[in-house]
Order: sequence, then C-alpha cells, then structure tokens
Amino acid sequence: MTSSRETVLKAVRRSLQADSRDRAAGEAVEARLAEAPAGVVPARARRPHEEQIGLFIEMAEAVDATVERVDRTDAVPGRVADYLRSRNLAHSIVHGADAWIEELPWQTEPALERRQGRAMGDEQAGFSRAFGGIAESGTLVLTSGPDNPTTINFLPEYHIVAIRAEDIDGDYETVLARIRESYGKGRMPRLLNMITGPSRSADIQQTLLLGAHGPRRLHIIVVG
Amino acid sequence: MQITSPRFKLNAREAIADPQLQRALAHVQVGFIEKRSKAAGKLPEFDALRDSSRDIKNHTLANLDLYLEAYEARVTEAGGHVHWAVDAEEARKIILNICQEAGARRVTKGKTMVAEEIALNPYLEERGLEVVETDLGEYIVQLRKEAPSHIIAPAIHVNKDQIEADFRRFHTDLPPERNLEAPETLLAEARGVLRDRFLTADVGITGANFLIAETGTSIIVTNEGNGDLTQTLPRVHIVLASLEKITPTLEDVSQLLRVLARSATGQEMSVYTTFSTGPRRPGDPDGPEEYHVVLLDNGRSGMLGTQFQDMLRCIRCGACMNHCPVYHAVGGHAYGWVYPGPMGAVLTPSLVGVDKAGHLPNASTFCGRCEQVCPMHIPLPKMMRHWREREFERHLAPASARWGLRFFAFFAKRPALYRPLAGLAMRTLGALGRAKGRFRRLPLAGGWTSKRDFPAPEGKSFQAQWAQRRSGR
Repeated sequence: MTSSRETVLKAVRRSLQADSRDRAAGEAVEARLAEAPAGVVPARARRPHEEQIGLFIEMAEAVDATVERVDRTDAVPGRVADYLRSRNLAHSIVHGADAWIEELPWQTEPALERRQGRAMGDEQAGFSRAFGGIAESGTLVLTSGPDNPTTINFLPEYHIVAIRAEDIDGDYETVLARIRESYGKGRMPRLLNMITGPSRSADIQQTLLLGAHGPRRLHIIVVG
Repeated sequence: MQITSPRFKLNAREAIADPQLQRALAHVQVGFIEKRSKAAGKLPEFDALRDSSRDIKNHTLANLDLYLEAYEARVTEAGGHVHWAVDAEEARKIILNICQEAGARRVTKGKTMVAEEIALNPYLEERGLEVVETDLGEYIVQLRKEAPSHIIAPAIHVNKDQIEADFRRFHTDLPPERNLEAPETLLAEARGVLRDRFLTADVGITGANFLIAETGTSIIVTNEGNGDLTQTLPRVHIVLASLEKITPTLEDVSQLLRVLARSATGQEMSVYTTFSTGPRRPGDPDGPEEYHVVLLDNGRSGMLGTQFQDMLRCIRCGACMNHCPVYHAVGGHAYGWVYPGPMGAVLTPSLVGVDKAGHLPNASTFCGRCEQVCPMHIPLPKMMRHWREREFERHLAPASARWGLRFFAFFAKRPALYRPLAGLAMRTLGALGRAKGRFRRLPLAGGWTSKRDFPAPEGKSFQAQWAQRRSGR
C-alpha cells in the first residue's frame, strides 16, 4: 500500500513534471536553504544604533505599548515596582530563571513579591527579558525555555518586558540571524514569540479594543 | 460544511435584502481599505516587497516537493510528527486519532480556515469531543452556529447588539442584569469565559500562516493571543496546514510577514507572530508534550502546473475581498462555502469543482481592484476568466447564455457583417430612445432591464471612434 506521503509527493511531482526538471533545481533549493539570501529590507531599519533604539520606542508606542528607558541595570527593579504601583496592581510578579533577571538588585524592593516559574493564569503581572527587539515595527522577540517561560507572555494581564539596548536591531533579518547563531543553523527555540503591542481584537464591529486573550497592557523597559 | 455555492444567485438576493447584514457590511468598506492604503503608503518598499514575496512563492511552488521533504525532515528532528493527508476525510481521521490517543475530551482551536475546509468541528463533535473556538470572531460564529463570513474577520456580518443577545443566551451562569452595552464588556466577558476553557483543554489545534523548510517551524499570526494560549497550554498541539504554506527560509518569511499584516488589517505587524518548532524540550516549564503537523493536499497538487497554480501563492490576507464591490454587496456567506470574495471565486471551483461553484467566477465585474491590492500579485480576474471558459467548455453554462454567446460569436468573427448590423441596431435604439435617453424595457434584455434602465446609445460606436482617432483626425 502506498502511504499518503508518497501519494501526495507523487501528485506534486507529476503536476510539476519534476522528472524533466534539471538538476539545477535541486541545487537551487539546497543553496537557498543553506545560504538564506536576504530580500528587501526597509531603509527605515538601517540607521545608527542609537536611532534604531529611538525608532523601536516610537513604533512600540504607536501600537499602544508603554516604554521607558533607564541608563543602568540597577534601576530595573525600582521601575518594575513603580509600574505596579502606578497601575494599582498587586505588588508581585512571576518571572523565569533568566540569570540576567536573577542578578538584578531586587533587594532594593523588599516589598515586591517574586515567584520564579511559569505563569498559571492567576497572576496579574509577568516579567520577562526579551531576546531582541526589532526597530522597524517596535517588535519584541522572546524565546521559550526555563529562562523566560512562554506562559508569562500570554496569561498575566500586565506584561512587563526588559530589553537591553544592545539587543535592539533594525530589522527581522538581523534578529533572526542572531537566533541562528545562538541555536545553530536550521534550529530554533521551541517557541519564538514576536510581540508587537498588547493583545487586541477588532472582531466586534471592526472596533479595535485592547486586551483580548493575551495581556491588556504591555510595558517595555529599555536598559542602557 | 454544506456547499451552497450552486445557489449563489439566491444567496446574493437574500443577502442584499438582509438589513442586519447590510448594516454590518458597511464597516468593511470604510475600515479595511483606508487602513491598508495608509500602511502601504508608510512603507516605500511595499511594492518591492510584494514583488519579492511573489518571486519567493513562485520559486517555492516550482520546487514544492523538495521543500516539503526538507520541512518534514526538520520537524522530525525537532521531535515533531508530520502526517500527510490526501483529502479532507483523511485529515479529519488523523486529527481524531491524535485526540483519542491523547484521551482528549476538550479541544481548543485557534483560527484556521483549513479546518473549515475539512469541516473538522462537526466531525469531532459527533465523536464526543467538545470543540471550543477561541478567536473572538470564531467564538461568536460558533455560538450562532454559523460559518465565518470573512477569512480574517469571521464575524464581520454580525452587529454588536446581535453579539450581546448571543452572549446573554449562552452565558447563562452570569447575572442576567449585567450591562453589556459597551463592546469592551463583551470582549471582557468572552475573555473570562474562554480563559477557563484554555486552561482545561487537552488538545489545541491551530492553523499555520507559514511553514519554514529551513527550520521545520510553523508560524501563526494573530492579534488576540488566543492562538498562543491554544497551542501552549494543552498537552498536545496539532498544526493543520495545507501544502502551499511552505516557505524556504527565515529570511523569506520576513519578506512575507512585511506584506501580510499591512495588506490584511493595515497594521505594520500583527501583535503576535509565533514561530513553533517541535514539542516541549527538557527543562521547559511549559508548552505541549506532543507537536503534530497535518499536511493537507485536498486538491492543491492538482492545481500545480495548471493556469491556477498562481492561486497557491495566496497568503490569506483578505485584501481582495476587502476591496471587492461584490463582496461589499453580498458578504461572505453568499459565496456558499469556506472561501469568499475574489480568492474564493478562484479557489472554490478548484477545490469543490466548477460544476458546483461556477457562479462564483461569474460574480465579478472584472473591476480589477483585487489584483491591484493583492500582495502576491495573483491575477484573480484572469483566473476567474479561465473558470468561465472551462465552465463554457464543459457545457455547464445555461443554454440561453451558451446560445447568446454563440450568436454573438458568429457576428463578432465576421466584422463585415458585425459593423453594419451593430451600427443599424445602435442608430435604431438611439432614435427610439432619444426622448428619455434610456429604456425601461427592451425585448431579449429582461435580465438587464428588470433591475435597471438600459441607456440609449449616443454618438458613434467605440470602433468608429477608434478608427477615427487612428486615422489622425
């Protein structure tokens, strides 16, 4: 019995007349997969790094994220606490095992309760560190794993994300090339989340409303 | 899903007479068109990206078998399973089997048009599974026991007051005196009701906007975050995707992502673009333990190598229907199956047969807006014309239309006969209609004059004017 796999592939090959396709076709496919040539990259993404950071902030704010920038890593716990206070939220966060997060001077905020692990659904606020940022569209890039569990990106109502200024790049291609470097060619983190603003829906009469199933608010702290 | 495309004309007539629907459709014309045009205008490289995206898909389709194999190998490496399905029946069985193996009772779903195509929900429900749509629009449509009427805005045919009534009817454990006046409260209520479903589901099913051959990754693009909760919380994640979703590399997908959201909703980027590769890994505190991809053919391999191959470039942005005057008038349900608008008018005959869907490619004025806005440069009007030709060749057009065309063709092929006769007819009609400038009734033209007046011809014919200009006068 032929498997469905063979049936489908055979049908595709028959339609494409793959038998008469020259060997160059196979080589072109191999080459494309190996070299991954870049296409059109918008000019707006190509600018000095400091301007890329500015564009990232501008684009993120344009899609209803709130953004603040701090000079030093030390300032992050205070800003997280301030954000929770200003929104009148419970003084607690859930975050992953990211060493960068763990090493922040949390002792400066003794009243802030922290839990390490995945989100369960009853947390008001989650805290993550982004792998990267994309200036051209104000997009955060987060990767799954124990350091920054995916559930934190989606279950809490408020999502606070720290990103180091040096991790912000101009375009998708640059951040994805960094992923390739970190995980190896052809490999990916289990989940890579590109996040552009807080969740929203326009399914009721085309009226855009913030806070659908994901976080109602997204707050970004740019560090450095 | 039952196909009502054969009764398109009746569907369309009912749609035009439905005041609720007409009120809802008014939102399509203003919102989508303006937003897309603004987003495209803000990106000087937009057209270059469209060309680039078209070329990527053309290359991929020409080598689809090779990219499918590369993709499958990567998924397997990452610990996922690829299941190939020749048709809808096989895809349904595979999915049911995975659910049963997992001992599943509750299944959550992200938005997937391919699941509509294979009529997955009723199949699973009849076999004892509870299926919960989690995209707000899909959820509304599921409560109403309807089908989506738009590929990216499934409940676009429903008004706010109707949604409120539905929520009151179904969410009976909530206090009946609650205020649901503001759309925000409706959204919050859906969020609350669905949150519990997310957390207790055993299997999550999503579609895929793209599959990446380089890495064995599936991508979903959403705004609500429901797709992510659907695939992250349950033990098993099933991706249901058709063959043509394959894209070679991360770089290639970056090109396509830049045109997708802009063409669809006019966003620079949708809120959540999620790249999934395999199941939970050692040390992962969350994510599904099993990751399955069901690759569906269902007639697509038969479109390759034909004049309809270009249709497989479609990335389901919905721009063609957002800009279509016919869609604006009748909405999505009138098209009678899963895919409405111009893309549906081309795709539906390919997937269900032109004998059933022949009306759809005829429901076009060939105004060409769909092709103008299509991010993948799909020549939709040309392909609708191909379907009309096939319909004619296969003797599926009504006898009156066939005889009419034959009659016209006889004269059109004989210019020496056509010109004097057409000239005579024009002068006669012109003279008869001179008083009013139009006719309310004309013999043999009842199909036209029952809906609108026929203008009386004025001046010279196009051919005569053309000849005149060419001769330099």
